[in-house]
Amino acid sequence: MAGGIERKSINRTHGPDAPHGEFHRVGKRARKVDGIGKATGQAVYADDIQLPGMLHAKTLRSPHPHARIVSIDTSKAEALPGVHGVITGADMPTKYGVIPWTPDENALAVDRVRFVGDEVAAVAAVDEDTANAALRLIEVEYEVLHPYLDPKESLERHDPAIHEGNKKGNISKHVELEFGDVAAALASSAHVIEDDYAFHGTAHAPIEPHCAVAQAGHDGVLTLWSSTQIPHYVHRALAKVLDIEAHRIRVIQPHLGGAFGGKSDPFYFEFCACLLAMRTGRPVKFLLTREETFYTHRGRHPMDMHFKTGCDADGKITAVDSKILIDGGSYSSFGLVTTYYAGQLLCGPCHFPTYRFDSTRVFTNKPPCGPKRGHGSVQPRFALEIQLDRLATKVGLDPIEFRRRNFQGSNVETVNGQTVTSNGFVECLDTIETASGWKDKRGKLPRGRGIGMAGSMYISGTNYAVYPNDMPQAGIVVKLDRSGLAMVYTGTSDIGQGSSSVMATIVAEELGLRMDQVRVVAADTDLTPVDLGAYSSRITLMAGNAAVDASRKLRKQVQEAVGEHLDVPAGRVILADGWAFDAQDGDKRIPSREAFELAESKFETLAAAGSYNTPERGGDYRGGTIGASPAYSFTAHAAEVEVDFETGEIHVEKVWIAHDCGRAISPVQVEGQIEGSTYMGVAEVALEDHAVFDDPAHPEAGLHMRPSLLEYTIPTSVDTPELEAHIIESIDPEGPYGAKEAGEGPLHGSLPAVANAIYDATGVWMTKLPFTPGKVLAALRAHESGTPTGEEA
Amino acid sequence: MVTLRINGREHQLDGLDPEMPLLWALRDHLGLTGTRFGCGKGQCGACTIHVDGKATRACMYPIGSLGERTVTTIEGLASQADQALQDAWVEHQVPQCGYCQAGQIMTAAELLANNPTPDDEAIDTAMSGNLCRCGTYQRIRAAIKTAAIKTAGAKR
Repeated sequence: MAGGIERKSINRTHGPDAPHGEFHRVGKRARKVDGIGKATGQAVYADDIQLPGMLHAKTLRSPHPHARIVSIDTSKAEALPGVHGVITGADMPTKYGVIPWTPDENALAVDRVRFVGDEVAAVAAVDEDTANAALRLIEVEYEVLHPYLDPKESLERHDPAIHEGNKKGNISKHVELEFGDVAAALASSAHVIEDDYAFHGTAHAPIEPHCAVAQAGHDGVLTLWSSTQIPHYVHRALAKVLDIEAHRIRVIQPHLGGAFGGKSDPFYFEFCACLLAMRTGRPVKFLLTREETFYTHRGRHPMDMHFKTGCDADGKITAVDSKILIDGGSYSSFGLVTTYYAGQLLCGPCHFPTYRFDSTRVFTNKPPCGPKRGHGSVQPRFALEIQLDRLATKVGLDPIEFRRRNFQGSNVETVNGQTVTSNGFVECLDTIETASGWKDKRGKLPRGRGIGMAGSMYISGTNYAVYPNDMPQAGIVVKLDRSGLAMVYTGTSDIGQGSSSVMATIVAEELGLRMDQVRVVAADTDLTPVDLGAYSSRITLMAGNAAVDASRKLRKQVQEAVGEHLDVPAGRVILADGWAFDAQDGDKRIPSREAFELAESKFETLAAAGSYNTPERGGDYRGGTIGASPAYSFTAHAAEVEVDFETGEIHVEKVWIAHDCGRAISPVQVEGQIEGSTYMGVAEVALEDHAVFDDPAHPEAGLHMRPSLLEYTIPTSVDTPELEAHIIESIDPEGPYGAKEAGEGPLHGSLPAVANAIYDATGVWMTKLPFTPGKVLAALRAHESGTPTGEEA
Repeated sequence: MVTLRINGREHQLDGLDPEMPLLWALRDHLGLTGTRFGCGKGQCGACTIHVDGKATRACMYPIGSLGERTVTTIEGLASQADQALQDAWVEHQVPQCGYCQAGQIMTAAELLANNPTPDDEAIDTAMSGNLCRCGTYQRIRAAIKTAAIKTAGAKR
C-alpha cells in the first residue's frame, strides 16, 4: 500500500531514557486529564451540543436486505409543516470509503439498497417527532432482489452482484500468501492438528450512540462535530463527497463515549448533517437510536476458519496453514485490510518456519462489518491458539512450556517479513504462570473446573496511512508562554483510551511541568495538526514520538535561557516538577514560569511543531506492508473457568493478563486498557452474538436478531470476571521512552484462553463460537458418548 | 405548564407534552446534559437520576408523572458522600470514555445512601443495571469502597 512512496528518514529524537536522569511524570500513577469532567457530567459529548435554531434529522432505511430503488417521492414529506430539508442519494452521488481503493459507499443509497437498514433518505425538521412523521410520508418503490445471507453462497453466485460492476462477483477481497513450503513441512511433521473454527460476529456497542452536529457558518466554513475516532479521514471524505475545498471544512471530535473501532469509518450521517445544514442554513443534529447503531455496525467479521498446524517430535512448530472465509456484510469499509490482517498478524510471538494463509472476504446483504478492537486478527488468533494447545497436548508438553519452546525472540524477522523489535512475551508467560498458580491448577482442578492460556501479538500502529503520502503520520504543536502553561495541540482522538493524558504526560515530562501546567486541545482540524486518528493502536507510539520531538525543541531553548541566567552550562539545567534548576546545585533554581519568560525573552514566542513518521518496514511482496508496524505488543492470558455440566453454562471466574506495552507511560491507563480489552474479549465467547435472520425465505430475512441492549447482552458487573492486569516493560527502541500499544492487544488471548480452559475442565475442545449453553452441552454429550470432537491427523 | 423540581430549584416549562421523558426535558430544555442518552429504553443506565432519592431511568420517566417529586441529577450531587464518590472516581481512574459514568455515580450514590458499607456482592448487585462498555466495573467497585471508607471516616 505504500504505492511507491519513498519514506524520508525522520530524525527521531526519542529514546528509552528519561530526559532528566529519572522520570518525574512517565510511569507515575497520575490522574487522567479529563477525569473530573467525566465524573461530574461536565465533559461535552456530541449530543450535548445544542445550537440556536438547531434542526433534528432522521433517516429513512431500507426494509429489504437487497433491492433496486425504482423511485423515491419525497414531495409529501417536504410539504409537512416543520420539515426544513429532505435529501436522497441523488443529492450526493459521489462514492467514498475509508480505504481509498474500495470506495463503494454512498451517503444515501443510489439506485440500490444492500442491507436492511441501508440509508435511503434523510429529513431535517424542527424536532425528532416531525422528522419521523416526514419519513413515513416518503414513498419508495423497491424491486426486491435476491438476498445473499450466507457467505458461502456469495462465493459461488453473483447474479445479481451486490456491487454491480465488481469484477470479482461478490468477492470483496482475496489474499493468498505462502512463505516457505508449507505442504512439505506438514508432510514431514511429527504431529498435525487440522480443524474448523468459527467466529460468529459481534458489535462494538459503545454506550454513546453515534451523533453528529453540522453548522454551515456565514463565513463559508462548514463545521462538523462528530462522534468519530478519525477526524482527519472524515475531513477528507467530506471534501470529496460534498465537493467543497477541504480548507472550508472543520471537523471537531468532542469527548467520545466509546468507539472500539465502531466509529472509524466516515458515516452517512456526517455527510447528511453537513448537506442538510448547508441546504437549510440551520445547524442540524443526527443522534442515532440504539437500534440504528446495530445496523450501522462495522463490527467484528464472522469468519469460518480451517487451520492445519504441525510440529516436530520436540514440539517445535513446523507449519501453519489456514483458509478463511470472511463475511464482510454489504460494504467494503476496512475489509481490504481485514482480509490481510486475518493472516498477517499471526506470525508471533511463536515462530513458525513456514506459513500459508488464504483468506477471502465476501459481500453479503447484512450490516457492513469493519474493525473492532483487535481488527482482523482476534478470530484467527482464536483458532491458532487452540491449535497450539492441541499440539502441546499431542507432544505431552504444558501449553506454557510449548510456547516458550517456540518463542520467536526479540529483534527478529517473522516468517512473513515483519520486523519485531522488543518482545517481552516470555516475561508475560512467566508472569501469568506465577500469578495464576498455573502449576498447581493445570490438569489438577476438579472436573468442571479448568485453567487455560493463550498468547498473542498486535501492532502499535500501521506503518502506512490508508492513503499513500509522504507526510508525517502524527503531528503536534506545543506552545509555551509566560503564564507557565504548556498548551498541546494534537490531532489525536481521545476515545476513552486516554491519549490526551498520554500526550500531557510526555510534554510534562520533557518540560519539567506538573500535570496542571499542561493543557491539551485535541482532534479539531482547524486548531490541531493532522494525526491520522485512533485506530490500529497507533497513538501512543506515533503521536507520543511527535510530542517528544516538539517538546525537546522547546526544552533546549528553555535550558539555554536558564543556563545563561544561572550562569551554568545549558546541559546542566534540569527541568522537573515545575522548576528549572542546576543539576549540581539544587538551590540554584527558578519556577518554570520564570524559565519560560527567560526563554521567551531570548528566543521570542515559544512554540514548536513535532512530527513522527514510521521507519521503512514490511515484507517485499504485494501486501507485505499491511500488518507492518514500528513495534509489536505481546500478551499472555490465563483464564480459569467453571463449566456447568447440567446447564452447559460457562463461568469465567478470573483472568490473569500480562501485557508487554514496551513502557507504561501511564500505568493506571495501561491497566485499564488491559482490563477493558479482556472484558470485551471474554464477552465474545458466550454472551454476545451479532446475527441477522439468514434464511432468505424467512419473512424477516436480513433483520438484526438482537438490535437492543436487552437482546444483545453486553456484560454487566455481575457477568464480568475478575481481571488481574500485569504490565511487562520491554522498552522498545521505536516507541517514546520505549512505549508500545496497550489498547487492543490484550483482547486477543481472552477467547482462546477460555476455550483452552474449557478443555482443561472437560476434555472437550470447543471450536465454534459463541459457546452457548446448548452447544456446550451437545459437545459434552458427544464427548461422553465417545464421538471425537475435531479431526485429528 | 409543568413544574419540575430539579437540584433544589423549581423550573416552569411551557408547552411540553406531559409524556415527554424526563431525559429530554433535562437535556434539551434545561441544559442539564450530564445525564446521557444511551438507549431510550431503560436498558443501559446512562440516564440514571434520582427521583426522591431513588435511582431512576430518566429516559423512561414521563415529566407529567413527576408531580411534587424532586429530581437530582449528576449536576446536583452535593452531599459530602456524593463528593467523596466523585473524588474516588477520579482517584481510581474509573472513567475511560466516561459516557456511562454519571449514571454509574448516581446509582452508587443511592447505594451508599442506603448501605454505607456495601460488600462486593451488594455493589455488583446494585450496579448491575448500569452498563459500561469500557469494562470499568472492578474500578467502580474499588471507588465505591474508597468513598464508603472516606464518608464513614468523615462522620466519625
